[in-house]
Amino acid sequence: MIVASNLCKRYPGGYEAVKDVSFVIEAGQMLLITGHSGAGKSTLVKLIASIEVPTSGSLVVNGQNLSALRRSAIPYVRRHFGMVFQDQKLLFDRSALDNVMLPLQIAGLPRRDAIRRAQAALDKVGLLAREKANPIVLSGGEQQRLAIARAVVNRPAILLADEPTGNLDIDSADEILQIFAAFHQVGVTVVVATHDQHWIERYRPGVLRLDHGSLQ
Amino acid sequence: MRVWFAQHRAAFVSAVRRLWSAPLNTLLSLLVIGIALTLPAFGYVVLDNLNEIGRNVSGVQQISLFMKIDASSKEVAEIENRLRQATTGKWRFVPKDEALKRIQDSEGMADIVASLPRNPLPDAFVVEPTNSDPEALEILRKEITGWPAVAHVQLDSAWVKRFDAFLRLATLALWMLAGIFAAGLIAVTFNTIRLQVMAQAAEIEVARMIGATDTFIRRPFYYFGALQGALGGLLAAALVVGALKLLAGPVGELMALYGASFALRLPGTAEVAALAGIGAFLGWLGAQLSVSLSLRKFD
Repeated sequence: MIVASNLCKRYPGGYEAVKDVSFVIEAGQMLLITGHSGAGKSTLVKLIASIEVPTSGSLVVNGQNLSALRRSAIPYVRRHFGMVFQDQKLLFDRSALDNVMLPLQIAGLPRRDAIRRAQAALDKVGLLAREKANPIVLSGGEQQRLAIARAVVNRPAILLADEPTGNLDIDSADEILQIFAAFHQVGVTVVVATHDQHWIERYRPGVLRLDHGSLQ
Repeated sequence: MRVWFAQHRAAFVSAVRRLWSAPLNTLLSLLVIGIALTLPAFGYVVLDNLNEIGRNVSGVQQISLFMKIDASSKEVAEIENRLRQATTGKWRFVPKDEALKRIQDSEGMADIVASLPRNPLPDAFVVEPTNSDPEALEILRKEITGWPAVAHVQLDSAWVKRFDAFLRLATLALWMLAGIFAAGLIAVTFNTIRLQVMAQAAEIEVARMIGATDTFIRRPFYYFGALQGALGGLLAAALVVGALKLLAGPVGELMALYGASFALRLPGTAEVAALAGIGAFLGWLGAQLSVSLSLRKFD
């Protein structure tokens, strides 16, 4: 469960990306954060993932107040989330399998177990046959699926995504939608920042609509 | 604990891979580090050998004890007993007759000695203490001077002090040189690691976003710095051993001209390990500084 109360984020220079936002996301819910470009969607996702620190307000995830955490505890909190970025942030100096193994290496899983779990994650997104491929040779849709495999390999309870279909054609975007829906169906909380109306039409999830940093 | 070992193993393997992935860069860095460590290491070994030469050259760091001319054999025995108790090291008794015979055997001295009405030389002892520190020798000299039936105690203290002063000066210069080259080694590692952090910025950024701790990110760089330093230290040891082997022949010939037999002492296993350890420590220190500064931009 995610509870945000009066959440604000002001960047150096005074730009206020998120203004006094409060919401509750129940466990197992699928929620979309929508709004035009610059509405504060990405900032809100980063705040939930502890990548950004709120200027004020509180954010409680599974009973843990993220605003009150020590800096050294933040990496461990981030491991509770599976994070999918719009630009995927894949590493092109290693194979698809090694990309997916990274979160497991960070968690200290023995290599043999990490390989097994990474292959299982690749299988879930239909990329097991491409495990040895360098991400650079994968299509945009495949790269996004690889990013999802990396996000879910640690079996997170909460899957966060920032514009996961933003750079994809309709077919690839549809594949990604189906993958997120599949994870939602097995109980994973899915929070997606998007301006893609297909999500709403197809799955009728909960929606947080942002406008200039404020909830509409 | 298993996780801790697995992560250290992974960091070590990653560091080895990074060294191996750019062999030319690695070789050049190792050469710079190796040469930086070779100069002070070579200086240390040379000083160590000079110390050994100082100990081995006849007449240096010896105390000559001359008995009174009329000292009895009982008094000589008493001095022998005191020497046995007071000194750690070697000593030998030179009877007055043996001393006179040595002079007699010297070229041109036979007639002069024959003309003497009686043996003018006293019984003597030559003491070579284990502790050749000038201050310790001086203390021993003063103690022996106060013993009964001792007429004169001679210590070539000026030579010893000069030699010791030279060694101390050279040691100080060596430490200064070592400090400068240590700073150089740290700088080389600092720069190598900085470039690596820049090259791996994407990986570091992603790793942090998905839950990597600072320790997890820093660890491979620490291993890299320490490994590079240790290998540089081993290279330096190899260069020192090679140089000493080349010098061994000429030094032996030179020492033979002074009537001494001397073999250059090569660094032992412990010294080679110490050199690798110093290299590893300095490499780790350079990596620590570099990573701390370079990772700030990711905060």
